[in-house]
Amino acid sequence: MDEKKDLEQLKSDSAQKAVSKPTAEEKARAAAEARAKALAAKEAAIAKEKTDEAVEIKNESTTEDGAKTVSSDEKAKAAAEAKAKAAAAAKAKAAAAAKAKAAAAAKAKAAAAAKAKAGAGNAETPAQEEKPSPNQPYLDKYVKVIGEHLGSDVLEDFYINRLSKDVPTLVVKRDQYYRVAEFLKYNEQLGFDYLSELHGTDFVTHMEVYVHLYSYKNRQSVALRVKLDRDEPVIDSLQPLWAGADWPECEAYDLLGIKFENHPNLHRIMLGEDWVGHPLRKDYKPYDVEE
Amino acid sequence: MDLKLADISPQEMEEVKRNVMLTTFEQLKGWARSNSLWPMTFGLACCAIEMMSASNTHFDLERFGTFYRNSPRQADLMIVSGTLTKKMAPIVRRLYDQMAEPKWVIAMGSCAVAGGPYVNSYSVVKGVDQIIPVDVYIPGCPPNPAALIYGINKLKEKIRYEAKTGKKVR
Amino acid sequence: MLRTEEMLLNIGPHHPSTHGVFRVVLKIDGEIITEAKPVIGYLHRGTEKLAEDLQYTQIIPYTDRMDYVSGMTNNYVLVHAVETMMGIEIPERAEYLRVIAMELNRIASHLVFWGTFLLDFGATTPYLVAFREREVVLNLLNELSGARMTFNYMRVGGVKWDAPPGWIEKVKDFIPYMREALKGYDELGTGNEIFQARMKNVGTYTAEEAINYSLSGPNLRCTGVEWDLRKDEPYSIYDRFDFDVVTETSGDVWARYLVRTREMEQSLRIIEQAIEQMPKDGPIMAKVPKIIKPPKGEAYVRIESPKGEIGCYIYSEGKNKPYRIKFRRPSFYNLQILPKILVGENISNLIPILAGVDIILGEVDG
Repeated sequence: MDEKKDLEQLKSDSAQKAVSKPTAEEKARAAAEARAKALAAKEAAIAKEKTDEAVEIKNESTTEDGAKTVSSDEKAKAAAEAKAKAAAAAKAKAAAAAKAKAAAAAKAKAAAAAKAKAGAGNAETPAQEEKPSPNQPYLDKYVKVIGEHLGSDVLEDFYINRLSKDVPTLVVKRDQYYRVAEFLKYNEQLGFDYLSELHGTDFVTHMEVYVHLYSYKNRQSVALRVKLDRDEPVIDSLQPLWAGADWPECEAYDLLGIKFENHPNLHRIMLGEDWVGHPLRKDYKPYDVEE
Repeated sequence: MDLKLADISPQEMEEVKRNVMLTTFEQLKGWARSNSLWPMTFGLACCAIEMMSASNTHFDLERFGTFYRNSPRQADLMIVSGTLTKKMAPIVRRLYDQMAEPKWVIAMGSCAVAGGPYVNSYSVVKGVDQIIPVDVYIPGCPPNPAALIYGINKLKEKIRYEAKTGKKVR
Repeated sequence: MLRTEEMLLNIGPHHPSTHGVFRVVLKIDGEIITEAKPVIGYLHRGTEKLAEDLQYTQIIPYTDRMDYVSGMTNNYVLVHAVETMMGIEIPERAEYLRVIAMELNRIASHLVFWGTFLLDFGATTPYLVAFREREVVLNLLNELSGARMTFNYMRVGGVKWDAPPGWIEKVKDFIPYMREALKGYDELGTGNEIFQARMKNVGTYTAEEAINYSLSGPNLRCTGVEWDLRKDEPYSIYDRFDFDVVTETSGDVWARYLVRTREMEQSLRIIEQAIEQMPKDGPIMAKVPKIIKPPKGEAYVRIESPKGEIGCYIYSEGKNKPYRIKFRRPSFYNLQILPKILVGENISNLIPILAGVDIILGEVDG
């Protein structure tokens, strides 16, 4: 008797569950909504944390300043400290605002909540999220000068890389790569005489070479990117312009398989001539993998 | 002339006990070899700096009779300190073959023992004992110079044990 | 006229004076070098490929092992790259601890250079004396971070451990001790006429060549270019300190030796000022999320390590592991000029020139 009742109970429970179970798409929609809400809440929390901390540090520094004996150079140092901190806080705010991926409402909400919390500390924070970068005039100058001398269709793209200390980045077309690099080096207004870095990356659909240049004359950096075909990655070598590009290009050839034309001595410098394969590619299978 | 042990006076017996030792020739060789191990300078990577620190003033290694030699022909101990890569492996084997018998090998540091933090890498040999026979393993990344001295002492014990008993330590 | 033929000489990977597993194949005509071809790759461990499978905090120990005599600056470059991408602000006490650790490490690295450089000339006393001072520095860093050489001390957002009680006083006592020792080094090594005669006008290059070959650090400052990333593109809190950028103008091995020896004094000045300005207590770690995920994009930062300019490039896809990480290692770039300055030199000048470039093979990555 009891068993039968239990069985019926079970059946009625499951029937109820079947009725109340929402359909798959409704569930997915609800899950997406919940996820977006959680993301927005997280972004707001992170922004709040950051400004909280910035306020904490500001308070710390003001109490420190009060405690120290006030002498002229210490006062100047404290002022410089406070200025540097405010600038860093403003930059952190701008970066945090730029990173918010949630809907515009969540972004505005986070910014408003942060501004309300921060109060006096970040008085100079602008109301808009995207402050123009201090390196924007440099980027415009480079694009203008390149456009005047080499034509207007050598650059695929140009932007300021906000994540990397606001470095102006130029994405060059593959066949114009050497011309642009030569122009960047020898033009008097630009004069990029120092090659800081050169390496290759394997994005699965294409390969890319990234070059970071620096000019001692103008004290400015620029980054250069060029996209290559993945099956036949061939590009001009920069060794005739900057002799320091010699070994990094050999390394990129060794580990990724990018061939550099007009390179005086392209050889496999890290792994030796009898190594099979290019290890840094994403589809590299090592020869002696242990199971 | 006859020498009877019963004729010796007790004081002389004391002197004899202090100054005369009886041993086997193997043990004598083991004692001599263990107390003057001459390593070959074979530093590959970070552990080489700790090996250099061990032979320096703070953790003086020369008081144990170790005296660094540059050439494998004149050395009897090879301390492999650092990561062994596939490009370097044939050279290590050749250097080991150039050393004269008797010779011993100490694998110092995790990279030489078993590949270390680079065990998943494509160009690292997973332990130097895949190429040459190793007598003492010293783990650490890098091991403290005191650990290296402990390892060398363990090697000395092993040499003397093998000389005394004739059994090879496994 | 004697008929001389060119000889091929291999200064092999196992050599007492090559500072590691480095190989040079020389073509010599009598005693003059006509061609030099360096062969590297004997210590290539594949850090960049391994790092694609590790979280950012897990990559920090691997950076220690690249330039193994100055692990703190390597730690810092990775952490600085991630912090730049994420826009994290570091608490004050953590910044000061970082600066003190990095400058102590600069002294330790230059001591290794000084000791082994003069050992290559045949003098064994500077080697013992330099490592005696280095033990004091390593003991200080051991108390701070737990290890003598591979510190693993910096984290994204701050440092891992606070200074133990009494540590700052020990560092304060170390500074006059080191100043005395530096005076002793001047008498022992710098004033020695034989060393001077072997180092002057050997391995010379000009400032334009140095910039063209992407040299950095003391190798660049020895030609007269006054460039130090701590002063010219200040990172962390280096803009609060007052120190000189040591430059020489002659561009030879003697200038490089002087630049490195004088830089140790400047590091002591920075440590003194840092101890004065340091806050007595405070947080040592910023509030960072538990799982560190930089936003999607790429970043390249560079800082001044004892060997030169070390840089770190990260391409992240917003996950907790990097998609591509690349370290710009100064010794790798500094070594490229070796074939050029060896041509025409006496073969006995090879060792001072090679030691004067101050390479660490873990950083050349083989």
